[in-house]
Amino acid sequence: MWSNVLYIDLDTGEHQVKDRADLFDKYLGGTGVATQLLLEECPPGTDPFSPEAPIIFSIGPLNTIFPCVSKTVSMFKSPMTGELGESHAGGRLSMAMRFAGYDSIVIKGRAEKPCYLSIHDDEVKLKDATSIWNVSSVEVIGKILREVEPGKGRRSIMRIGGAGVNMVRYANVNVDTYRHFGRLGLGAVFGSKNLKAIVISGTEDVEIPDIAPYSKMYNKLYDAVVDTEVMEKYHDLGTAANINVLNQLKGLPTRNLQQSGFENAENISGEYFADNLLLRKIACSNCPIGCIHIAMLKTTFQKGHEFEVNHISYDYELIYSLGTNLGINLAEDVLRLIERCERYGLDIMSTGGVLAWATESYERDLITPTDTLGIALRWGDTNSYLKMIDKIVEMPNKFYQTLAKGTVAAAAEYGGEDFAVNLGGLEIAGYHTGPASIVGQMVGVRHSHLDNGGYSIDQKAASQQLTEEQMVDKLIYEDYWRMINNSLVACLFARGVYGEQTIIDALASVGINKTRDELETLGREIFLAKYEFKKQQGFNVDEIKVPGRFYETISQLGMVKEETIREMLELYKKKTGI
Amino acid sequence: MLACSRVNANTASLIDSAIDIRTSGGIESGLEIIVCRSCIDPPCARACPTGALTPRSGGGVILDKDLCDSCMTCASACLPRAIHFDKADMPVICTHCGVCARFCSHDVLELRKTEVL
Repeated sequence: MWSNVLYIDLDTGEHQVKDRADLFDKYLGGTGVATQLLLEECPPGTDPFSPEAPIIFSIGPLNTIFPCVSKTVSMFKSPMTGELGESHAGGRLSMAMRFAGYDSIVIKGRAEKPCYLSIHDDEVKLKDATSIWNVSSVEVIGKILREVEPGKGRRSIMRIGGAGVNMVRYANVNVDTYRHFGRLGLGAVFGSKNLKAIVISGTEDVEIPDIAPYSKMYNKLYDAVVDTEVMEKYHDLGTAANINVLNQLKGLPTRNLQQSGFENAENISGEYFADNLLLRKIACSNCPIGCIHIAMLKTTFQKGHEFEVNHISYDYELIYSLGTNLGINLAEDVLRLIERCERYGLDIMSTGGVLAWATESYERDLITPTDTLGIALRWGDTNSYLKMIDKIVEMPNKFYQTLAKGTVAAAAEYGGEDFAVNLGGLEIAGYHTGPASIVGQMVGVRHSHLDNGGYSIDQKAASQQLTEEQMVDKLIYEDYWRMINNSLVACLFARGVYGEQTIIDALASVGINKTRDELETLGREIFLAKYEFKKQQGFNVDEIKVPGRFYETISQLGMVKEETIREMLELYKKKTGI
Repeated sequence: MLACSRVNANTASLIDSAIDIRTSGGIESGLEIIVCRSCIDPPCARACPTGALTPRSGGGVILDKDLCDSCMTCASACLPRAIHFDKADMPVICTHCGVCARFCSHDVLELRKTEVL
């Protein structure tokens, strides 16, 4: 129990299961175990698109059996940054893996023909996907596979759309329609392996060693999740509530971070979406919060009152990326852009960043209508952006081929590096809150705002007058402890509930005894193991260029000085030993 | 579902749960809840050839596992298909304990006592 790793070879279609208690006993599960598997399976210099490059999925000991422990970790070598690739997704996946009896899955090789994996309990089959390989819509892929595969009500379906098939470097993997492995290009790695989808389900039970302490702990955690403000914050308006908040604080990146507030924020705010467009809310398996907000968009597809209705999930980051950062004034237009990216399986934060860089570059004549194939780019012009999104996936010329590699690649080719808004090679999340957010995304193992929540530390700094060193200390604390949350694998939205003592108690209630010191040491060890991988693949934190734009636009904490970033980075390096 | 299996079967399991929540046409199209309707004159009990299912006072049925031979006749007698089987092919029968409602954070499920008409 808790330590089965399923190894699948796409070259031969063969698989085997190994008990890796050696890894799970030491590293818990999730990100801790996946990092070790990545170090084992992905030697320095591996081409992320080669058959040798692995795809790893991992869950942890508490998945499915405690509320909000609902995520799955994926790890791979990122085609976007050329170093550590890691992304987390919710949906039903962790539950499906748990009940199928697999705590990790390692996929290597490249299928000769388009294929998908069908995993139901002990049955692991590589099936032909030729007939669906060029279906570009992830929603349609889901509909087709639901008809031909078993496991209704218990299964999870991961799939790539046109972006993954064409290996756009920031293609995501769609999980159960409304969740994703986003950001660092797992979808492109799927595409490189001729892997269109994975369907997984199982009927195993999880036997609890001692039901009484477990039930007691479950009830306590359930009540904590339901009773805290977490529930209110994420369930009511959802993350989109932050649009108005960050706009007022001057932390909301707008028009490629030329501003940090948007004059029409109210029109695309969480409040507007909830009052006018929200259809319903859904949850990942075993989550009492239910933060997934689904909007309904009715559009005309032909004259003569021909309508279609789309159900689209929205979040703060999406409204920032395809809304404020592109100067879009209408919530309905933001939804049209989200829908287009979702259909193809494009990471939305990166797509928004790329489009924002392109718009500014077009204004400054760094790119021309010849490059864009006649599309005139203007802030707020939804129809042009929709056409651009199609072309990023189709890649009809060199310009779009370059855009499909991300903002950094585009700026290297066409210029505009000072406003190629990225940190560590990844387009940023929607926070220009101050130095902790910038440094946090630079040093974060996956350059994600969720590695250490720098944006939240900036907000604390605003109210508590934190020194630079105190901010760095808080970043490091989060970097280490979130390794533990991500090894369980608990949703970070519930991190307020899953604090140090709660994690210790929850683990103990199912017979896993760890002390606070042991967990803290383990968090640091996992963090350093990731840095070992990053360095092996050529990452050097000193080589990160922070585009000038970060220092030109006012943040929530005022103008950020380059010197502050340098000092905080040095402190961080010294304290962590990276 | 996890609350039901935790409390009634001491497992974390979907198939040990008497209540079934599933999508209909994918998550895009919404969810359906399949649960015992607590019939006063339960057709599943009428269909049971071994007497393993007997009407429960107040509605629903009580299962005597020793008498059940896993013939599955009860399942097809129930039109909403609220009876399914666990790994040992035993029917999973709702006890109307209400624990599912206790762990429904969105007030969708409710345990309510009603007068028998």
